[in-house]
Amino acid sequence: MCFKVKKRISTLVHLVKRDKYLLLMFAPIFLYYVIFMYIPMPGILLAFRNFMPGQGMFSGEWVGLKWFDQFVNSIYFWRLLRNTFLLAFLPLLFGFPIPILFAVCIVEIKNRTFKRFAQTVTYLPHFISTVVVAGMIINFLSPTDGIVNTLIAKLGMEKVNFMMDASWFRTIFTSSDIWQSFGFSSIIYIAAIMGIDQEMYDSGKIDGVNKFQELWHLTLPSIKPTIVILLLLSLGGIMSVGFEKVYLLYNGATYETADVLSTYVYRMGIEGQNYGFATAVGLFNSIITFILVFAANTMTRRLTKMSLW
Amino acid sequence: MQKSRSDRLFYTMIYLLTILAVVVTLYPFLYVVSISFSSVDAIDKQKVMLWPVGFTFSGYKMVLQYRELWVSFYNTLWYTVVGTLLNIVATCLAAFPLSRQKFFLRRRLNFFIAFTMYFSGGLIPVYMLITSLGLYNTRWVMVLPVLVITFNVMICRSAFEGIPNEIFESASIDGANELTMLYRLAVPIIKPTLAVLTLYYAVFHWNNFFSALLYLGKQDMQPLQMFLRRVLIMASPEVMQKMGGTMTSGALAVSTLQVRYVSIVVSILPIVTIYPFIQRYFVKGITLGAVKG
Repeated sequence: MCFKVKKRISTLVHLVKRDKYLLLMFAPIFLYYVIFMYIPMPGILLAFRNFMPGQGMFSGEWVGLKWFDQFVNSIYFWRLLRNTFLLAFLPLLFGFPIPILFAVCIVEIKNRTFKRFAQTVTYLPHFISTVVVAGMIINFLSPTDGIVNTLIAKLGMEKVNFMMDASWFRTIFTSSDIWQSFGFSSIIYIAAIMGIDQEMYDSGKIDGVNKFQELWHLTLPSIKPTIVILLLLSLGGIMSVGFEKVYLLYNGATYETADVLSTYVYRMGIEGQNYGFATAVGLFNSIITFILVFAANTMTRRLTKMSLW
Repeated sequence: MQKSRSDRLFYTMIYLLTILAVVVTLYPFLYVVSISFSSVDAIDKQKVMLWPVGFTFSGYKMVLQYRELWVSFYNTLWYTVVGTLLNIVATCLAAFPLSRQKFFLRRRLNFFIAFTMYFSGGLIPVYMLITSLGLYNTRWVMVLPVLVITFNVMICRSAFEGIPNEIFESASIDGANELTMLYRLAVPIIKPTLAVLTLYYAVFHWNNFFSALLYLGKQDMQPLQMFLRRVLIMASPEVMQKMGGTMTSGALAVSTLQVRYVSIVVSILPIVTIYPFIQRYFVKGITLGAVKG
């Protein structure tokens, strides 16, 4: 026994000595992860405590599921759940097929100059900050001097106060999301299509396949693995709607369709100092996300025999 | 080979869709630029639709002499340069040990960092930690809490793993230790990957708005994105008043509109300028990311 322990220690000492430079390299990174990632983790227990401002992260009496209870029974519960789900699901539903379609277009275009021009232009919105994109949306849709309402007025129709009208929020959010991302998302499909074995197309041509059949029976089935994996990844992210864009675009008048779990956590926690309650709502969001990733993964594994794990 | 009728239809559709995509993405930018160069009178009469009307630099003169814009511009530059530099150094220091097959803690440490991608304390505990560390309202709050992004460490790690081990073995026979190997051998070999990661980190810092919203209350430390938010989204009357100077209220209303569009142009100009030089890395970068996705 004693011998074993001694031997273990001596091997460990040997390994540490051998890999001392690697350990030295990793040391600052280890410290970073401990401080900024691992120390906040037990902070999740705030969701079960009655935290008093001015005290430490691990103080306050235990209150069990009080915060969860309060949240689930609040009038905002279903609204937040519905908005979070819809603002994640709608861009996915309408936005997912577009990069695939655009990739097919780009690959088929023979004129090299036009092809590069189209790619350059459509990738650009991906690199523009959310603040600028939101700023452009708000200013374009402004009821007094926005271009959209100017055009509407010129066509002789009634101007619309888009940003103050809750019924417009989902449309604005979804369409701007597609505008921002379709070009850049298409890159991965372009790469996948370029990777298809060219011989398939050649034999297809001998059989007299036209372009539409080629697309449907050759190209799309060949990139199916890529499509499935990307769909899976985006299904996993469905509850993590970007905080920034909602936060920048919404206002009191549109909370009804715009307020999502992450913005609610921000308002309750950072602005309202309700730390316990906000942590509980955040934890609730994480649990739902986890269930969704798990369900999506199981579903696609059954359907296509492919999965993330 | 003769093209059939359906093939001609196919190509027509392809070109039409691509043209549509280009117009839809390009037009908003073109419109913003046109407004920024148009005369206040033309904007007021809503004559600007596509190209600038009554070409003038007056909007730029108004915005560029505004001190707060330059302060926030400088801050963003600082966060981007210092942040990206630290990111790249830290990413290499993290990825290299994790890529070495012989490293006895390799598996454990891989799990140690990957775990944080699936589980975290959430917004409130992180916020409490950062304020209690005294990082609130300091420049370092924009840089230290995002020292590395785990996903990027993994991209870098697989690039290091792609280097044949014989190279390291022969270096070690020549008496090189792991630090020298990283610096002299491994980093030069994976330069293309590091270029892509630099791009990712730099764009992240340039656009980072969330950290500033949470942790920077002091205006003279705030990045460009916070300034833009005040101008574009809150249309802060105070900012507009200061820029407009002694104008009449009517002219002020129009010129504030122009101020907003000029601010957009000024803020995206750096990215648009560097863009053509980095564009060739995109495909490489995104396929690199997808391999480990």
